[in-house]
Amino acid sequence: MGSSSRNGDNGEKFHVLAVDDSQVDRVFMERLLKNSDCRVTTAENGVRAMEYLWSEKEQGQSKVNMIITDYSMPGMNGYELLKKVKRSSVMKDIPVVIVSSENIPARIEKCLEEGAKEFMLKPLQQSDVKRLRCHLTELQQLVK
Amino acid sequence: MDVVQLQRRYTEYLTSLFTDGFLDEQFKQLQELQDENSPDFVFEVVNLFFEDSERLLNELAKALVQPSIDFKKVDAHVHQLKGSSSSIGAGRVKNVCVAFRNICEEQNIEGCLRCMQQIKHEYSLVKNKLENLIRLEQQIIQAGGEIPVVE
Repeated sequence: MGSSSRNGDNGEKFHVLAVDDSQVDRVFMERLLKNSDCRVTTAENGVRAMEYLWSEKEQGQSKVNMIITDYSMPGMNGYELLKKVKRSSVMKDIPVVIVSSENIPARIEKCLEEGAKEFMLKPLQQSDVKRLRCHLTELQQLVK
Repeated sequence: MDVVQLQRRYTEYLTSLFTDGFLDEQFKQLQELQDENSPDFVFEVVNLFFEDSERLLNELAKALVQPSIDFKKVDAHVHQLKGSSSSIGAGRVKNVCVAFRNICEEQNIEGCLRCMQQIKHEYSLVKNKLENLIRLEQQIIQAGGEIPVVE
């Protein structure tokens, strides 16, 4: 598990939980997100992600504003993580973005149907993340 | 060698890696992420890629000498290797992985063994080239220069 943020900005920065079993991809995703001014916590699989989300809630720390997860992971895959989050009364409002290296329409459909905010293809680019960030911040403003 | 010569050599070398398909556009994304806040980013990610790949190649080699090959396992390893090579822009390794997955689906043992040889070969090529590239970068920096951006 890894967590990082600038001093004194904890309450304001957009906090993203990035989940991927590939270390290369975790590091890459973390950099893309930080470059879009996000605070990033990484998890190497669905189970760790769930543990983090629950512990966060219990300790009353700053909420996770978005979850971005790889689809293909051993054990609990991204779709299963999505389902668990969406079926949790505490976490269901956290937007979940699924990323995958495979462009499979049936897969994309089922993720969107289960409530994923977006489905993006890997490898991600800086422009993808910037766009996502803007989009989600706007949504947040509207809800307020 | 002075900075300008080193920079020229770097530019020529990197351009050739793109031209020959060893690296693709995604590598440029990686380079763009390197800045004063993370000056060793490319180095860090490339090293993770080396670690990951070597582990996966070992696992693949083990899986392929089993008396009864578990094609699902082989496919899972290749999928991971495809993912990380794709993320850093190692184009040729990624392409062999794509072919390898198709062969796995057909459960073609000889095909898999051939792909394994190809992957090992492509990986060792790109590893060597990335190491050369990083060495050139380090020489440029030590000589007080900046790493040129290659379009």
